[in-house]
Amino acid sequence: MTLTVDAVEPVRRKAGVLDRVRDILPKIVLAPSFALILFFVYGFILWTLYLSFTNSRILPIYEIVGFDAYINLWSQPNWYMALKNLAIFGTLYIGLCIAIGLLLAILLDQKIRGEGVLRPIFLYPMALSFVVTGTAWKWFLNPGLGLERTMQQWGFENFQFDWLTSTDMAIYCVVIAGVWQASGFVMAMFLAGLRGIDGEIIKAAQIDGASSFSIYRRIVIPLLRPAFLSAVIVLAHMAIKSYDLVIALTGGGPGNATELPSTFMYSYTFTRSQMAVGSASAIMMLMGITAIIVPYLYSELREPAR
Amino acid sequence: MTIRTITRLAAGTALVALSVGVAHAQEESVEVLHWWTAGGEAAAVGVLKENLEGEGITWSDMPVAGGSGQAAMTALRARVTSGDPPTAVQMLGYDIKDWAELGVVANLNELAEEEGWDEVIPAAIQEFSKYDDQWIAAPVNVHSTNWLWINKAAFDEYGGEEPQDMDELYTMLDAFEEQGIIPLAHGGQPWQDGTLWEAVVLSVGGMDFYKQAIIDLDEEALSGDTMREVFDHMTKLSGYFDENFTGRDFNLTTAMVIEGEAGAQEMGDWAKAEFLNADQVPGEDFVCMRFPGTQGDVLFNSDQFVMFEVGEDKRDAQLKMASAVMDPAFQVAFNTVKGSVPARTDIEDTEFDDCGKKGMQELAEAAENGTLAGSLAHGHAQPSAVKEAVFDVVTQHLNGQISTDEALEQLPQAIASAQ
Amino acid sequence: MSTATASVSPGSARAARFVIYGLLLLFAFIYLLPFFVMLVTSLKPLAEIRSGNMLALPQSPSLDAWAKAWGTACIGVDCSGIKGYFWNSIRMVVPAVAISTILGALNGYVLTKWRFPGHKLVFGMMLFACFIPFQAVLIPMARVLGIIGLANTTSGLILVHVVYGLGFTTLFFRNYYEAFPDELIKAAQIDGAGFFRIFWRILLPSSGPIIVVTVIYQFTNIWNDFLFGVSFASGGGAPMTVALNNLVSSSTGVKEYNVDMAAAMFAALPTLIVYVVAGRYFVRGLMAGAVKG
Repeated sequence: MTLTVDAVEPVRRKAGVLDRVRDILPKIVLAPSFALILFFVYGFILWTLYLSFTNSRILPIYEIVGFDAYINLWSQPNWYMALKNLAIFGTLYIGLCIAIGLLLAILLDQKIRGEGVLRPIFLYPMALSFVVTGTAWKWFLNPGLGLERTMQQWGFENFQFDWLTSTDMAIYCVVIAGVWQASGFVMAMFLAGLRGIDGEIIKAAQIDGASSFSIYRRIVIPLLRPAFLSAVIVLAHMAIKSYDLVIALTGGGPGNATELPSTFMYSYTFTRSQMAVGSASAIMMLMGITAIIVPYLYSELREPAR
Repeated sequence: MTIRTITRLAAGTALVALSVGVAHAQEESVEVLHWWTAGGEAAAVGVLKENLEGEGITWSDMPVAGGSGQAAMTALRARVTSGDPPTAVQMLGYDIKDWAELGVVANLNELAEEEGWDEVIPAAIQEFSKYDDQWIAAPVNVHSTNWLWINKAAFDEYGGEEPQDMDELYTMLDAFEEQGIIPLAHGGQPWQDGTLWEAVVLSVGGMDFYKQAIIDLDEEALSGDTMREVFDHMTKLSGYFDENFTGRDFNLTTAMVIEGEAGAQEMGDWAKAEFLNADQVPGEDFVCMRFPGTQGDVLFNSDQFVMFEVGEDKRDAQLKMASAVMDPAFQVAFNTVKGSVPARTDIEDTEFDDCGKKGMQELAEAAENGTLAGSLAHGHAQPSAVKEAVFDVVTQHLNGQISTDEALEQLPQAIASAQ
Repeated sequence: MSTATASVSPGSARAARFVIYGLLLLFAFIYLLPFFVMLVTSLKPLAEIRSGNMLALPQSPSLDAWAKAWGTACIGVDCSGIKGYFWNSIRMVVPAVAISTILGALNGYVLTKWRFPGHKLVFGMMLFACFIPFQAVLIPMARVLGIIGLANTTSGLILVHVVYGLGFTTLFFRNYYEAFPDELIKAAQIDGAGFFRIFWRILLPSSGPIIVVTVIYQFTNIWNDFLFGVSFASGGGAPMTVALNNLVSSSTGVKEYNVDMAAAMFAALPTLIVYVVAGRYFVRGLMAGAVKG
């Protein structure tokens, strides 16, 4: 859109004082929110940055010592484990959520009877925190209590599902639970995108004799590009911030097999009394987030407004 | 809003403020942050609450469960940083020192002198209850971590003696395996792994080695042959676990021994509270013994209520609480439930069960013979950064993520980077 | 958009429908499993949980565990269940959602209809604020709350949730109002309507879908928050999630899975109700703007 307030210039030439008030009012309305964000987000980021150059341990110390905390951070095997896990978790989490979300959205979009019942079923995991569902999930994935035992009781004697207790596979359990939680939300985003597509385009393609599959592949999915982008951004930031999920399922274990940057940061800041290292890891996480978000924001806001 | 409503509102507010003020003057209260939420523990701390309420002091409970107090320490940081600390906080070992260093704790010297705390609290505990010659905490109890808990029925079926060293322990565990039960119950959480590990260190190397490796952090001791043996034993012991041990809480693990699903568990004496809570009797339903090879040695940790600097209006209630914690009758009542032994040395053991009696006697002897040392896994040997660094290596090794060679290499490195 | 395929033969169309429904039902089954396990477990007595199958229906369903979780389960030394904490959460969630939604709406309005130089930068900065890891702000936040006298109060917790929800609510409303025709605003201005009048009379009445999306989003996030709750409001004023965590860890030697699950159900109910009741508007609201690329 191109019509902003500036475009209505002529009407605004009545009274001087009133005019100025009207001019300033929007800024006054926005100011408190912006001030809160400046202070509580950017102020705190600066504060964290400052702390990462100190030797803070149990509580903040304000004496600068240099890059010690960063050197320490990059010498921690736990940190490398956290990064490796984030790579595995992030890739699978984003990929699977989008694949399943898209599939469900397309299936639901086929004039399904009972859509009103099915949609909340796919969406509800998003409503629940892992503090709530963690117990059930832990139980479900535990070989001695959950799925493995259930299947064996049903007569599948050789059924094995012990990922949660295996150092190599535990991170995939975290992925499963994460996908369960977020894929419904992604589905809703795609469904909204699908419903927004003009039916005429599809009809034209059908008349041309294109198969359903190729209509989706050639026309529909490319049209969903904005929804894809939104989904990736939302999922990427959820992956980086994932915390409850790991704590509820594995507590970072077995060993350090499911450590993620967020759990690393929390434990170094609060339970290991190495606040400076924790702050350094927070800054690293923020840099990672910046690398993903800022190009997106830039391209998004640069485009002429629609 | 008219002027009249404003006046009315203001008057109303003043009235409310006034009544709140009055209520404050009459009613004293303490706010207590702790992580004793498991059944036996909560029952024990309930005793203190009742005693204080008997004196007209309201107990405002602030439990934060999980991970041996980790979430609780986060909450505490937030409270202290905001300048509004709780009255008293349950705390362990080196954490106390850390907080004392920041100058946010109260001075209890007057009360301590009046009640003669210096004479009745052993020096090893005073080390943590005092900072710069200033009493800052009231010790509740002394726990000890190098215990082995055995299901009596399984033990009788085994028919042997109480194992005295690692080899005899394996003989017993093998027998349990033949009985078709899980030989060794273990909960795979870092602090539990660390508790088992420190018992094995003590068993294999003896008290001198423990002090050298864990108190003095001697690099040779940390990566030498004795330590290799320790890690080899850890690998061997892990072969006696069931496959679901990862992440299991200690009390659920104890429950396996109680129910006869498992034969034995290495755990601190807070496990006894779980046995007692299940109406089991020491000597009849379960056996308590020092971890094989650690007879005569005691690794301790002491729960203390650290008193934080609070406003004058809360000071009186705080002192009353400190005094109530140190009350001999309370220490008996609390510790008989909790599984630990009193922090005071001037208490008769008549009220305690056989395990408690044994614990009190061994603690006194160990203090005398110099075979008493702080537990690493429970924050009485090293600051939490070092403790967690050790946990990292021990836990990864126990879960098969790293080999014994790697563990020996990483242990001194991890400790160095945490210091 | 729907592809009712007219060109295919009825037989293969029926087969396709079969596959579609089959897949949807299979996914629905998988998605419901954890909830189902929670529900049936909360209705079983302990003995049945221990001996029986996780997925089996309760032989004689009973609400005893629910009653215990609500009224008599022990959290620390206090044995009065989770009901008090439930109301704590309500007291926190309602104002926090209301305030952050109102502010978000106003911000979105200013950022789209009353633009000023630098509005993109302001919006970008507000949006980036969504991505800050919450663990990083605990300590400075605690200090600030202490200074302004809101430490360990529900008001303090509301402030925290409003601040860290603002980025999201502003994003939602900004994207929604972006698509709102400016001609209407212009016309109203010519008629002499002021800033608030335009907002109140013209934008707000048509903001239904996006308000639903924002409220759902904020409600679930704030209700489910654990980290801020445990740091800034532990003790008697703790929200539901903190109490739930304490309860689940407050196990005696015998872990009462049924009570744990019943308590978890209580914690889940409000958000579930919000999703089920308002869920149909959710997709509509997303369509209307929030999902715009």
